[in-house]
This record gives sequence, C-alpha cells and structure tokens, in this order.
Amino acid sequence: MAGRESETCFDHDLYKLFPVHAPRPEGEVEELDRIWKAPTGWGLLKGINNNYIGFFHLSTAFLFFLLAGILALGMRVQLAAPLQDFLPQETYNQFFTMHGTMMMFLFAVPAVEAAGMLLLPQMLGARELPFPRMAAYGFWMFLIGGLSFFTSIFFSLAPSGGWFMYPPLTSIAFSPEINTDFYLLGIGFIEISAIAGAVEIIVGVLRSRAPGMTLDRMPIFAWAMLVFGVMIILAFPAIIAATSLLELERAFNWPFFDPTRGGDPLLWQHLFWFFGHPEVYIIFIPAAGMMSMMVATIARVPLVGYRLNVVALVATGFISFGVWAHHMFATGMPRVSTGYFSAASMAVSLPAGIQVFCWIATLASGKIRWSAPALFVTGSIVTFTIGGLTGVMLGMVPFDWQAHDTHFVVAHLHYVLIGGMVMPLFGAFYYWAGMTSKNALSDRLGRWVFALFFSGVHITFLPMHLTGFLGMPRRVYTYLPGRDLDLVNLISTIGAFVIAAGVALFLFDLARNFRFTAAESAGNVYDAGTLEWLPAGLYSSRSLPLVKSRNPLWDDPDLAEDTQEGRYFLPNSATGLRETIITSPVNAEPQYLQIIPGPSPFPAAAAFLTAAFFLSLTVQAYGFAVFCGVIAVGCMLRWMWDSDPPVEQKTADIGGGIMVPIAITGPKSHGWWGLNVLMVVMGMIGVMMLFSYLYLFGIHPDVWIAAPPLEQTLGILALFGATTALAWLSRRMLAWRKPGIPAGQLPWITAALAATCSALAVYWDWSGWSGAGLDPVASGQGATVFAAVGYQGCLTAISALLAGYLGFRSGRGLISPPASVTLDTVARFIGYVGVQGAVLAFVIRLLPGG
Amino acid sequence: MSLPTCTASTMFDALWGWPPPVLDPAGPYADSVTVLAWALFGMGVIVTSVVVAALWVAAKGPEKWRRRLGGERAVWIGGIAFPGLVLTVLLVWGLLLTASLTEEISGDEMRVRVTGHMWWFDVEYLDADGDVLLRDANELHLPVGEKVVLELLSDDVIHSFWVPHLSGKKDMVPGRLNELLVQADRPGRFGGVCAEYCGGPHALMGLVAVAHEAAEWEVWLQARLEGGDSPAALPARTGPMPAVVRETELPARTDQAAAATAGRALFMDSGCGACHRVAGTEANGLAGPDLTHVGARLTLGAGILPNHRGTMMGWIGDSQSIKPGNRMPTYDRLSADELEAIAIWLEQQR
Repeated sequence: MAGRESETCFDHDLYKLFPVHAPRPEGEVEELDRIWKAPTGWGLLKGINNNYIGFFHLSTAFLFFLLAGILALGMRVQLAAPLQDFLPQETYNQFFTMHGTMMMFLFAVPAVEAAGMLLLPQMLGARELPFPRMAAYGFWMFLIGGLSFFTSIFFSLAPSGGWFMYPPLTSIAFSPEINTDFYLLGIGFIEISAIAGAVEIIVGVLRSRAPGMTLDRMPIFAWAMLVFGVMIILAFPAIIAATSLLELERAFNWPFFDPTRGGDPLLWQHLFWFFGHPEVYIIFIPAAGMMSMMVATIARVPLVGYRLNVVALVATGFISFGVWAHHMFATGMPRVSTGYFSAASMAVSLPAGIQVFCWIATLASGKIRWSAPALFVTGSIVTFTIGGLTGVMLGMVPFDWQAHDTHFVVAHLHYVLIGGMVMPLFGAFYYWAGMTSKNALSDRLGRWVFALFFSGVHITFLPMHLTGFLGMPRRVYTYLPGRDLDLVNLISTIGAFVIAAGVALFLFDLARNFRFTAAESAGNVYDAGTLEWLPAGLYSSRSLPLVKSRNPLWDDPDLAEDTQEGRYFLPNSATGLRETIITSPVNAEPQYLQIIPGPSPFPAAAAFLTAAFFLSLTVQAYGFAVFCGVIAVGCMLRWMWDSDPPVEQKTADIGGGIMVPIAITGPKSHGWWGLNVLMVVMGMIGVMMLFSYLYLFGIHPDVWIAAPPLEQTLGILALFGATTALAWLSRRMLAWRKPGIPAGQLPWITAALAATCSALAVYWDWSGWSGAGLDPVASGQGATVFAAVGYQGCLTAISALLAGYLGFRSGRGLISPPASVTLDTVARFIGYVGVQGAVLAFVIRLLPGG
Repeated sequence: MSLPTCTASTMFDALWGWPPPVLDPAGPYADSVTVLAWALFGMGVIVTSVVVAALWVAAKGPEKWRRRLGGERAVWIGGIAFPGLVLTVLLVWGLLLTASLTEEISGDEMRVRVTGHMWWFDVEYLDADGDVLLRDANELHLPVGEKVVLELLSDDVIHSFWVPHLSGKKDMVPGRLNELLVQADRPGRFGGVCAEYCGGPHALMGLVAVAHEAAEWEVWLQARLEGGDSPAALPARTGPMPAVVRETELPARTDQAAAATAGRALFMDSGCGACHRVAGTEANGLAGPDLTHVGARLTLGAGILPNHRGTMMGWIGDSQSIKPGNRMPTYDRLSADELEAIAIWLEQQR
C-alpha cells in the first residue's frame, strides 16, 4: 500500500478496520437527510451546497454558451455574403466583442469551474468542499454580473473593442462611451467569482479527499482541477491588474498606455496575454481531465499512462505561462524574444501530444463501447489534434506574420477550443448526466447531436483556414465582393447553422430527459470506476469510503453497498451539523472534522450588493456605489461571523472508533490554506504592478524622475516591517495566555496598531512621491507608482477593517486562547500586507530611477 | 449598405482572390513563407492521418495492433518522440527563416513612411536624408526588384500593415516605429489591408501596392514630383479666384476646364481644405488623406472603391453610407452638378 510512511503520524493499520461490519443505529440516514436538506423556493437564495449550487453554476454558464452562440449566428448571417446589411457595423463590432468575451469569461471558465464544484465533492469522496459559502457567493456574482453584462447589448451599450480590449482604441479618447466600462467592470466581478472558485477547488482537492486517496490515486479530473485552480490564481491577477489600470486611465487620465506621456500600448498586451494565453489552457485542462475520465470508462480499462498524464497536465500549466507573447509576434518584438516565445509555444504542444496518445492507448488497450460520450471523445481527439497542429504552425514566427489576425486564426482557435473543451463538455454532459438527473440523457439522440455538432464544426471552420489565406482579416463586419471570399464564407455560415441544429437537438434531449436531483439519480449508466458513482444524497455518499486504488468501484464490487450501509468513515453526523473529513494533502490521512456551514442568506446578499456596486460604478452612480459597497462589506463580515463558532465538542468519532479533533487552528487548518491561496492572488497583483512599473521604465526612462530621499524610503520600510512584526505579535499574545481565560483586548489592539503602521507607511509613501514632484496624470512613472501605492492602500484599508472586526469579536469574548481561527486569519493577512508593502516600496524606490 | 457593386470590377480581381495571396508570393519576403506554409500543411496532413489511423486501430484494428498501441510505449513513441522530432525540425527552420527575414537594414534602401489613421494609410516617400519627398495615401508604389523599408507608425490606435503578396504583417503602434522590409520581384497590383482591429469601419481599411518595372517607376515618380509638390505646377492652379460660387450657375458639363475651376472653388468653399491637403493650394489640412495626387490613385475610400468620377462624386456626397463611421462628413447639401465639378477638379490632381 502506497504511503505506508505516515504523513501525519496516522496509524495506517487503522484502515484495516474498514469496512466495519457492526450494525449502525437506525435513523442515521434520515438525520443526514435532515441536516443537509436544501432550502426550497425563495429559500434557495440561502442555499449553500456545491451539490446544487455547482449545478446552477454550470447551467448558467451553459445559458451564456447559448446566448453567445446566438450572437455567433448573427455574425455568420452578416458574413454569409459580401456587403450585407443584416447587422450594422457598430452592432457587429459589439457582437464579436460580446461573443468572445462571453464565451471565454461567462461560458468556458465558469463551466469547467462549475463542473469541478459539482463533481469534485463526490469524486473525492467528500461531503462537501471546504468553502461552500464562497462558492455560493461566486455563483450569485456570476449570475448577476453575467446577466447584466449581457443585457448591455440590448441597449447598444455593449463594448465593441474586442475581447482583448487593446488600448488606445479602448482608451477614453477613442471610446468615450461607457460601453468599455461595462467590459472593465463587468469582467471585474467575474474575475472575483473565478478566483473564489479556484480557492475552493485548490483547497478542496488537496484537503477534502476521502481517506486513503493519495495523490497517486486521485482521479485525473481532480488533478486537472488542481492545476486549473493554481493557474487561475496565477493568471487572473494579471487581468485584474490590467483592467484596473485601464479603468484608472479612463476615469482619472493616468497614462499607463499613452505613449505621449511615458505609457505604452504594448504594456496592456503583455498584461492581457500573460492572463490570456494561460486562460486557454485554464479552459482546456479540466476538459482534458474529463476526457481522461471518460476514455477509461469507454474502454473500461484504467487510463494508460496515468502518471505521464499528470506530468503532462502540470507541464502544460507551467509552460503556458511562458508563451503569452506569441500573440504579439507582429508588434515588432526583438528577434531574440520571438525565438524564445516560438520555442515555448511549440514545447507546450508536447504535453498535449502525450495526453492525446494516452487517450488513444487507453482506447486501444480496452474495448470501446460506443456511446454518445465515446463519439464526443473521439471527435474531440480529431478536432483538437487539427487545432493543435494549426497552433504549431502559428508558433512559427514567419508563418504567424502572414496568418496572424486573419480568419486562419479564427479557424485555429475554434478548433482548439471546441475540440479541446466544448466537445469534451458535451461528452461530459451525456456521461455525468446520470449523476445529477433522474433519467440519463438519450444515448440515441446524443449520437445525432454529435453527428450534427461534429460535422457543423468542420463545415464552419475548415474552410476558414482558406478564408484567411485569401486575405480576410478577423473582426471585419463585412467584406468586398470580387475577392473570392463569397463561397468560403457562405459554407461557414451554413456550417454554423448545422452546429446550431446539433445544440438545439441537445436542448430537446435535455427538456425531455433531464430532471435535476441529487438523491435519486439515474446512477452509473456507463459503468465507471470512480467515487462520484456511489449512491449519494446531498451529503454525497452516506459514509466516506476508504480508497485503495484509482478505480475503487471496479476493484471493490461491494464498495457501493458498504458505503451505503455506513461501513466506512463518517456514517452519520458526528456533531449534528454538516461536516466533512479534512485529510492530509499527500496521503489523505484523516486529520480533523471540518464543520461545514449551512444555509445562509449573506453570501447571496453580498453578491447582489457587490454586483450593484460594480454596476453603479459603471454607470457612474458613485454615491449609490459606495452605499452598496458598504452594505456588501457588512454582509461579508456578517457571514464571516459564523465561520469560527465556539465549539463545545472537541473530538469526534469518524467511524471505527477513530477519534479526530474538530475545527482545528493553525497551519493544518483549511482556513490557513485558503488564506495562503489568497496571498498568492494578492502577491501576483503586486507582481503585475511592479512589472508595469519596470516595463514602462524600460520603454520611456527619459520621463523618469528621481525617487524621494533614501531616509524616507528606510522609514517606510521600517513601518511596513513594524506592521508585520506587530501582526505576528498579536498571534503570539494569544498563545501566551492561559487556556480558558478570555483573550482580553491586547491581541486585537496590537493587530490594529499593525494596520495603523501600514496606513502610515502608505500615506508617507504617497505624500513622499507627491512631494518629489511625481504626478499620476503627468507620466507613466507617476501612474504606475501611484497605482502600486493605491493598491497597497486598498489592502491596508481591508487590514484596518479586519482589525476592527477582530476587536468586535474580542469584545464579545469570542477570541480565546490558545489559538483562534479569526485571529490567525486577520493577523496573517495584516502580516502579509506589511511584507508586500515593503517589497513594493523597496523595488519601486530603490531600483530604477532611485 | 450601398457600396456600389462596381467594386467587383476587373481591377479588383487583379488585387485579391484566387490564388490565395498568402500562397502566391510576389517577392522574397513572402516567398519563403509560402514554402513554409506548404511544408506545414504537409506536416499537418501527415500528423492528422497518423492520429486518425491510430484511432481507427484502437477502435477497429486487429488485436495484435491494438495490443501494441495500448501501452505506455505507444505514448512515448507517438506522444513524445514523434512530435518532439517534428517540432525540433520545425523550430530550427523557423528560427533560421525568421533571422533571414529580419536581416539587417543597411540604410541605403528606399524608405517609405506609412502611418495608420482611422481608417486609412498615409504614405510618405522619403529621400536619402529622411525628408518627405512625396506624400500620397492608401497606395504604395515601389520599383520591382528593389528592397524597400517601410517605416510603420500610427497616429491614433493600433493598426497593422499587411500586403500578403509582399510580406507578413507588422503592427503600427502609437509611440513606436516599426520597420518592415518588402520587395516585389514582379510588376503588378497587390491588395493590402489593415489587419489589426481598429474600431468602426476597420473592415473597410485597405490599400493597394503597385510594383513598377524600373523604367515605369521613374516615369511614375517623375510625374508625381512634377504634378504635386513641384513649384512649377503651382501657377496654373493659383490663378485668380473664379467668381463662381454656389448660387451661381455652373458651366456646361462639356466645359471641363471651367468645371474644374468651379470645382476648385467649391472644394475650398466647402471647407475640404481643413482636412485635406492639395499641394500648391490653400488646402493644407492634415487630418485626412493628401489629395495632391488623388486623380492618379487606383482606389477611393482606402482601397474600397475604384477611382473614377462617379465614385468620387458618390464618396464626397455620401461617404457615410459607403463607409459608415469614417471621419469624412456627408456633403449631401451639394448638388450633383457641384459634386461633379469637384470630382472633375480632383481628377486633375495627379
């Protein structure tokens, strides 16, 4: 048995107790049902459970797929013949902008993320992922934000600068209307939603797996979602930074991208594509994970090359952060840079090749049982391969100079995204429908859906390669006759309607057969081997299995019955509350019992108000924005209030007499891990701020002025140092107190002092630069310096808020020695803010121009 | 939209259409890329066939083949060794080719500055000192067999210069100077477009590249230099202002000279000179295309209409319905006769 070396001093011999054959008391299942019962009607707004919130999330993402697809049909009608009048120019420009933006931000990323949140709890053998309220918050944000963003198109207020939003076209000079702000702020909260989901998924995959599910036995989809989550938290900060800078430029005239004042339009492209290219793999990797799960079931053999596949997923994620500039080969980059990015772009296709051959080898090693998912899987392999090959072509710099920004690229990206993500997702709909629906979808209709969809995709996009070679650029609302473009475009339009017919047939199948349920699902219709096919309710399987292999259902035919009869872990509710087992990250040894929060109206309320905040900013209703923002923060604090309840019961029996602690604090706790993930996000935003500063220095060093005097810089560094030291001290203070005695006021006052130090440092930093004559409107240096200081100021404001919250809790006697999750979180957050402030100030003041 | 169907004239057939311009190179900077494109196409066909064949074997192949394919060894061979080899070869080729296409610019080449505007190209031919010799728009003339350096700039947003017969594209980025080498090895007219989305009527922003044989090139250049900026041409145009104003009866159409005189006056009166420059006249606007040689151009509206009197009248009268969103206002207050007079005068600006 792998992992005999215990990771957490857990005695592996205890695993031999399972399955436990002693009879379970009556009524345990009924109690689980009661505890995990979902609210109904309007109460759903309070619903906190990935098993159905994940489903709503996925459905919403699919709705946006349909809407963005309808926009695509409109565009194809307009392009069916030259010089048509179906969509006027500005409408067309809004359509293609919205199509791209929605497919990327409102469909692809949320769909795979939601699929993760829906499938992972059961696939990992957990009752629930660790932060269900954050997931609910993310969902409501996504729903409201996405719908209001989409609605803008009915008022001709939709952005028309392309999903890539290159300034200066999107700067205030050339896009004075609020359309662009709809993108910048609308996408803003979808980013928040994506990051919330990523935190949930990373910590969930690492800490919520069923006992015995070592990393080596983890379903490949969970590996994919882990890589996905890590990529989100590394890539999304770049788009957060980029959209913030552009919004600052538009609102306050800070010249980040204005070359006449020391900015540079290409700064945007670097930031955008540092996000934008990993984004493609963010979409592809989870879908590849689904493919790997489905091929194994289709051939009914374990995946060939499991470890190679894991390496390929990780390598894809890693390399994809080094290829962004291949979107910029035509911008006049130095030859050395194009060479590097060309090599990296080719290298990233190697792991894709590994995965494709893992799938083919798996299919060859078993016996294919043809079904709708099997068709989508094979169709996807072919389509994705073609897209990958045109990608290799585009990675060749001289070829890219010809094909770039033509319909050849339109063909390429649709082959990759449809072959790599949409077809696997449709396969997954058929494959996993039985897990969440009373009836499986019709396999016979599914084959027709595939036939229409697959042929439609190739009819539409295969001729487009030629359209590009014929000289038709992308993003054109019309084209001139007499250029031999008529026929190829007409074929593409016909193909688009064949795709639409396939999707319509799928909707018919859904309407006829799909009935959402968590408890009475159709079950394992394709005879798969992983845990999501255990009999389940809203609490997942009744008892959480001990995992001994990668395909436990194939290797242990009794597993379903044993878990159902409560012969494994946590056959009941040990505390009378929602709970799940937190296990160690590598070997999944049980560590403690996490109390899972139940229904609460505050995540949804906070999401509505956050959405209202961003939307009022967009329409420049600043007063109302502040009002909504304040109440939104209030809702979040109220929801945090329940996060760290005082628990009387200290340990619980998780089955077989194994006792584990409840709700622990410190580095082992899931909250600690969640904050670590958030710190990466905050740190990456800081890195992007520094990158912007250094990049503009490299482009326009002539407008740079000298930094304020060194003594001032040292003073600021000392204050940030004090911030971190005091934050650390506030935690130690609690540990020094005797258990059982309330903490008193000292810890929170120390934390508040720490936040104050940070505020002083930020003030000094800002006024110091102003005193040195730096003006955010005057130069790129001013804009980037004040943006970085402003960002630090935002985090400082959050620190102060959290310190106040800590004080409030302290006043209620809710902080007690030796440790408190709330104090841990607040102190570590403020400590981080001090470190980040010091790094930002150090680099900006002491490196160039200093 | 009412772009006249005459855009489908034979002139345009020569610029675009079959065979695909990317695969129909007219010079050394496009030539090697065409070879590369065909090689890549071949690679794509082979690899796709390999994958489809492997899938077929996995699904329907004989047991023995399936066993061979069904293990990690197949992944190492098909997923790592095979693509690794193909990619390495391609990468080396790509790097060498990139190097040869971006060879050092010696400084002796003919230089043309092309500046992107929303939504047209400003074209300035530079002399050896870098001073502007000749200003034109939406048309790039070059002698066959000679290397030409294009200085690519932008006046507003990002555009991209692309004449697929001659070379790959290069962006025109505000605040930056990009250089692009082009060379035509055969005479001809080649279509070009803006390839980077630049808002509004981006779809209708094109240009024409014309490659001349050496002798013809000299003639062309000389004609432009004399016709436009040459002071010798000025007196003929700066004669006394005619008394004809809008209310006055226009001369009969047959009287071309009189019509041109009237057209000139209308042009000045209507404020066209605020945006357009006509060398030797008081029209000195720089916001729109230079019209000094507009009569000699092949196209109007930035590569979208053939240039003749009718299209010129249509463009002046109602450019907004031909190219919606472009920066030129509609002059629907001018009568057909007035439009024709202006068109006649502009025809003479060669």
